[in-house]
Amino acid sequence: MKKALMGVSLTAMMLAGAANAEDVLRIASEGAYPPFNNVTADGELVGFDIDIAKALCEEMKRECEIVAQDWDGIIPGLVNNKYDAIVASMSITEERLEAIDFTDPYYSNYLSILGAEGSELTMDDLGDVAVGAQRSTVGSQWAEDKYGSRADVRLYDTNPAAVSDLEAGRIQAVVMDFLPAAEFQSTATGLGFLETKIDINDKIGIGTRKGDEDLTAALNAALAAIRENGTYEAISNEYFGIDIY
Amino acid sequence: MYQDFKYLISDGVCAIASPVSGDLFTKFCPRFIDGFVVTIELLALSSTLGFLLAVGLVLARMSGHRVLSIPANVFVYCFRGTPLLVQLWIIYFGIGSFGAEGLGPLWAFFKEPWLVGLLVLTLNTSAYVSEILRGGLVNVDKGQAEAAMAIGMSWFQSMRRILLPQAIRIAWPAYGNELVLLMKGSALISTITVLDLMGQTRTIFARNFDLTTYLYATVLYLVLAGLITLFVVAIERRFARNLR
Repeated sequence: MKKALMGVSLTAMMLAGAANAEDVLRIASEGAYPPFNNVTADGELVGFDIDIAKALCEEMKRECEIVAQDWDGIIPGLVNNKYDAIVASMSITEERLEAIDFTDPYYSNYLSILGAEGSELTMDDLGDVAVGAQRSTVGSQWAEDKYGSRADVRLYDTNPAAVSDLEAGRIQAVVMDFLPAAEFQSTATGLGFLETKIDINDKIGIGTRKGDEDLTAALNAALAAIRENGTYEAISNEYFGIDIY
Repeated sequence: MYQDFKYLISDGVCAIASPVSGDLFTKFCPRFIDGFVVTIELLALSSTLGFLLAVGLVLARMSGHRVLSIPANVFVYCFRGTPLLVQLWIIYFGIGSFGAEGLGPLWAFFKEPWLVGLLVLTLNTSAYVSEILRGGLVNVDKGQAEAAMAIGMSWFQSMRRILLPQAIRIAWPAYGNELVLLMKGSALISTITVLDLMGQTRTIFARNFDLTTYLYATVLYLVLAGLITLFVVAIERRFARNLR
């Protein structure tokens, strides 16, 4: 009986959610991947993703509510209707496409290889030296696939740990996303790019619930519009000085 | 060369296991076994070296000379009183950050995560084992030390011939427990990029997001715990020969 009641109330909530969806669009971001999404000291979400989300809402003339959600639970939260879209620099991958839908890409990610400044190593030499990457990222997967699972690919819990070992000289290169790599290269001393931009066809999209085609279409239209009218480029320039689309 | 030999072992084990194991295990089997072998290696070396160091430590602590006992006590206190993870990070990232210029010839050692992992596990376990041995020593009847002295043995001789052998026998069950704890603690070295069983498991999980990955790791760790238990029990039986 209790279960049945819960079922009824859940259904009611979901119906209510669907009805309200037209009023407020609920968007989730991670809040731990600067400069794309980050939480300020007073709890406000800021970053490239957030500004893009706001621009899209304005374009769609929808009121939006953006919440921070931990990375691990961000897809389950969408599936369970806690929010309607994920704008969190999420790569469109086949595994994720089995659980959720994606809009068109809103920027492209490239991989970079950092090394010691003046290092003569090229991408093809890295199979014979120690290479670092953050575990569970497109960078670590790329390195394993390219150099083999028994190559000396060292996996770190965070990018800063990998960079600190690169600076100490334990490893000769670190593979990571281009924009954070550029950040490390400019802030740390003695680091240089071995490869600046490797195109691994990594596209970043907005996650939407499977079957929520109206929203996906609306977001795609809005995305095309802010590309067209220069809003996107202005936001991108503000953060990166270039158009990262 | 030795590395190739280890890979040969993993590939052999996997070739045998593949018809009977699940798809996921078959696909990542060489990685699991590679990691399993690294964990066994580290465990065998760190427990052996750690035991030898522990004997030295306990002798220093019981020697009655402050020059020896104070440093030994401080060492044991520090390594028993801090988390293994903290020790690993301080020695790997902390000392490692001095780099080749700061460490000179020592860099060749600190450069290698595997060696740093072995060092930290050895130091950590030696602190615990010295405490276990001390517990054994204080439980050997006092009269034995006095008797040894009375027939003209030096302090060191009485330790080596009379007291320590008995202390080890008394402390053995507790030592078996420490071996299992060391095995579980060794999983932490995956955080300094060593691809032990835990490191390989985390890497495999990052590829497939399938939680059964951890179930396979669980089975392998349990196998290892079983091997350790068999070893401990076999030695215990040997110690008890005179009582049967």
